[in-house]
Amino acid sequence: MGLQLSASRREGVLFYLFIGPALLGLLIFTLGPMVASFYFSFCDYEIVRPPVWVGLANYHKMFFVDKLPVHALGVTAYYSFVGVPLRLVAQFLIALLLNRALFGRSLFRTMLYLPSIVSGVALSLLWVWLLNPEFGLINYLLWEVFRIEGPRWLSSPEWVIPALILMSMWGIGGGIVICLAGLQGIPEELYEAAELDGANGLQKMTRITVPHMTPVLFFNLVMGIIGSFQVFTQGYVMTAGGPSNASLFYVLYLYWNAFNYFRMGYASALAWVLFAIILAMTALIFRSSSAWVYYEGSVQM
Amino acid sequence: MLSTSLKDPGSVFLFPPRWIPDPIVWGNYYEALTFLPFARYFANTAFITVANIVGTLVSASLAAYAFARLRAPLKALMFLLILSPMFLPGQVTMIPLFILYRHLNWIDTYNPLIVPAFFGGGAFNIFLLRQFFTTIPLELDHAARIDGCGEVSILWRIILPLSKPALATVTIFSFMGHWNDFLAPLIYINSSSKLTVSVALARFRGEYGTTAWHLLMAASIVAVLPCILIFFFAQEYFVKGIQMTGMKG
Repeated sequence: MGLQLSASRREGVLFYLFIGPALLGLLIFTLGPMVASFYFSFCDYEIVRPPVWVGLANYHKMFFVDKLPVHALGVTAYYSFVGVPLRLVAQFLIALLLNRALFGRSLFRTMLYLPSIVSGVALSLLWVWLLNPEFGLINYLLWEVFRIEGPRWLSSPEWVIPALILMSMWGIGGGIVICLAGLQGIPEELYEAAELDGANGLQKMTRITVPHMTPVLFFNLVMGIIGSFQVFTQGYVMTAGGPSNASLFYVLYLYWNAFNYFRMGYASALAWVLFAIILAMTALIFRSSSAWVYYEGSVQM
Repeated sequence: MLSTSLKDPGSVFLFPPRWIPDPIVWGNYYEALTFLPFARYFANTAFITVANIVGTLVSASLAAYAFARLRAPLKALMFLLILSPMFLPGQVTMIPLFILYRHLNWIDTYNPLIVPAFFGGGAFNIFLLRQFFTTIPLELDHAARIDGCGEVSILWRIILPLSKPALATVTIFSFMGHWNDFLAPLIYINSSSKLTVSVALARFRGEYGTTAWHLLMAASIVAVLPCILIFFFAQEYFVKGIQMTGMKG
């Protein structure tokens, strides 16, 4: 009877059988490539020849020789640090409005969420057309309503990033739904108690609503910035990084290095710097969060 | 977009824009779909998407069940390990994976776009399903076990039927993610007969960009149609899904 496994041993074996595919996938598609990528980032590797160890040369090049990575980081940071907070505020305000109007709320919710279904290349193409200075809808409306001559959006270095930020507002529907869920989770008694104490609308907003919403806003801020630093499709499809590199997003530059110039080593170094930046930002946001995020049930004055 | 897709080429550029096209040119759709083999791209994309959904559901449910129900040594460590890729930007693994697939002769096949889904189906999906599975009362498992069910049939007959909302959420997000995916097919697929809809659209713009707006818009409409249809059929799950995950679609 030596082959008979005890019940707990059987359970353990089954556990590893069940997570086996996921574990194997982690090794083959994530951990292995991570190690390889880290190694490549110290190599000169042009794919046709085997990698040659060059030490820190790639990292030196990207910060001190090649001007474009730092420029691309700047472009990406501009796009992210302006765009993400702007979207967050818009989501919050629209969710507040929708939370009040009870009639037809689910219809509004659907309508607002619908645009975020359309994403990727089709969305980029739609916006290339909307932003067209000659026959696009946006400049037409600017002229009809405000008598403003709209800028040349995607073909002007100053306006291309604002144009792409404007376009990113298209996808705020998902965030609105999350905010709405958060707003509906705030206990009604708090408002009633505040009213009894004679609080006005503004006080209710700053003392009850905003504190209760900070966890939701915080989560969306972190995820938004992480996602925004990896922006690629718009740059590739709409502007090809132009004009004069004004919309050269970091990942677009990374992609070009890897798959157009086949500088695999250099591109790996670029990827690791991006990883480090994202990690640092996440850590920073998490560490600072205790100062301004309110969690229900925690003791905080 | 809808309006332009029905215009004749001349009136696309009219200023001020005309909202209601005159004449309405339904033929643009026919032309867009035949000018490039869009039916082909559709079938390709649908195949990739469906394969990914199947792979994700199977392998993520198995792993999620193990984490929700089974006891084993080092379980907590395994959980942490499996979830760790959630914060890793894909660009880090992109290059070694390309090289790996090149050695396997997988470039210009669908393998790089499909096979990974069968190995775990994404940390996030495992996490989501596991959270949902833990809300199902353990008593149901015990009852089934007394009736002689093994772990696989508990998963299949008890847990999965009770987890339809979570499975629907995973399916929907997986669908949206793979239908709209651009970077991966752009990297791995070269031959034009194997393109996906999104890469084909991007190429279409590259080649005919400034001239064929009416066709481009018609093709874009067709490209997003499946997503919109799914949205209307599964609205409730969409809303639940983003509330459950806090993720933006």
